[in-house]
Amino acid sequence: MISVRNLTKRYVNKAAVDNISFDVEDGDIVGLLGPNGAGKTTTMRILTCFMPATEGTATVAGHDVFNDSLSVRQKTGYLPENVPLYLDMRVKEYLYFRARLKKIPRRDRKQKMGECLELCGITDVQNQIIGTLSKGYKQRVGLADALIHDPEILILDEPTIGLDPNQIRQIRKVIKDLGKKHTILLSTHILPEVEMVCNKVIIINKGKIVAMDTPANLMNQLKSVRNVVLEVKGDGKKIEESLSRVEGISSVVWREKGEVNEFIVEAVEGKDLREDIFKCIVKDNYILREMKRKAITLEEIFHQITTTETEEIQKNA
Amino acid sequence: MRNVHSIFLREIRSYFVSPIAYIVISVFLIASGFFFAGNLQFWQEASLKGSLDSIQFFLLLLTPVITMRLISEETKSGTMETLMTSPVTDFDVVFGKFLAALGLYMVMILPTWIFVLFLYLFGNPDFGPIISSYIGLTLMGGLFVSIGILISSLTRNQIVAAVIGLISLILLWVMGFLSSYGDSWYYLCLKYIGTFDHWESFTKGIVDTRDVIYYLSFTALMLFITVRVVESRKWR
Repeated sequence: MISVRNLTKRYVNKAAVDNISFDVEDGDIVGLLGPNGAGKTTTMRILTCFMPATEGTATVAGHDVFNDSLSVRQKTGYLPENVPLYLDMRVKEYLYFRARLKKIPRRDRKQKMGECLELCGITDVQNQIIGTLSKGYKQRVGLADALIHDPEILILDEPTIGLDPNQIRQIRKVIKDLGKKHTILLSTHILPEVEMVCNKVIIINKGKIVAMDTPANLMNQLKSVRNVVLEVKGDGKKIEESLSRVEGISSVVWREKGEVNEFIVEAVEGKDLREDIFKCIVKDNYILREMKRKAITLEEIFHQITTTETEEIQKNA
Repeated sequence: MRNVHSIFLREIRSYFVSPIAYIVISVFLIASGFFFAGNLQFWQEASLKGSLDSIQFFLLLLTPVITMRLISEETKSGTMETLMTSPVTDFDVVFGKFLAALGLYMVMILPTWIFVLFLYLFGNPDFGPIISSYIGLTLMGGLFVSIGILISSLTRNQIVAAVIGLISLILLWVMGFLSSYGDSWYYLCLKYIGTFDHWESFTKGIVDTRDVIYYLSFTALMLFITVRVVESRKWR
């Protein structure tokens, strides 16, 4: 569906996107993840033919973005960051205008518009002037516009930015539903979103791809570090000592929390030490109040990947 | 062409939902009405002599106000991105906007036919120069609008677009006067580039192909450059 090869976009003195390659299969929901200024928007602008790449090629729905840009634009729906809309138009008028531009035959326009209004939940504001709508509604108008010509590919740049939690939930649901019929590439810097919505993640930082996999695999890769969090009642110092004697534990961090002690125990690769830890504590007659595995979230992976990358770059410089 | 039509309709609509069209049209009609009455009293003659020059001058002052927002607003608000990622060419966009502004310009000069009606009711005007003058006004409108749209594409600030547009049109207007300082080749060049000379023959009832070609080619050149400027987002 989307195939990107060695794509580079250089501005005057720096590369916004630096030699990236990736593929998006039919039916995928792919999350483009990265901190601000990582090159997400630039990548999307190249894919939607808003600007050309300095080097490399990109094919969207079988058409080259540079040589056959009108066909690409006909087959993609794009929701830019910050959702630019004509604020002086009514929702209905705007969608009608967009439907015309996107070459929907006159006889289908009414029906298509009705479907999109319904899907995005904006039927009740269709006669309002866009400028008077709240951010959430504007976002949905933008989404309706991206959808109106039933594109094969949807490219959504930060679709949930600036929305309140309820609206975010709604938009995510809409996106997920859309994923059943469309191929979606969305960018975000909110991690739970990717975990919830996408089936493939591309993490980019400073214009380069630093990781690309399913959210689950990414988390597995980094599960080698398996932390256990304990809450134990008793003499903290002694517990720490006896814990660090347990075989397979690489580090113990002790923190006092009022009457109880909290320990974060890190095991060496791949070992599940919960039973050993339990035995160790009970043996000395301390009271174990809580023991849980610390699950690694995508958030941490993201942080880990992007910060180590930064450090490397700093080292090289 | 269908895209041009869609863009044209949207722009026209946008003019008339904002107060701008009404303000510009009423200022223009009030001003040119005064000058028509004054000229009529002064010349005591059933013609648009004098009034046409003032009409032309007000159009020169007001077209930058019509054209200032055409592209700069889209650049500033970011709607350029949604527009240019839909299946339309840069030319469609520029030409649609050009036609819309020219349309508003035509709507603006249309009511001045009331002046002609008065002349017809109370006198016996010669329609030749009147019709040729309106042909001239239309061609000139095309040029003014195309210059305005070019300037609008160069800045994202509407006020800057209006001011620079106005300055350019005034310069283009006074350039023709320089020819009275001599007849060396560069004065002749300036005279040819200036609009005044070409406009004058229309008011005398002459539709000279050279003048028509001047206006049409100058307009086409401006639109061509505008399309290139819009395209320049791709290589800047």
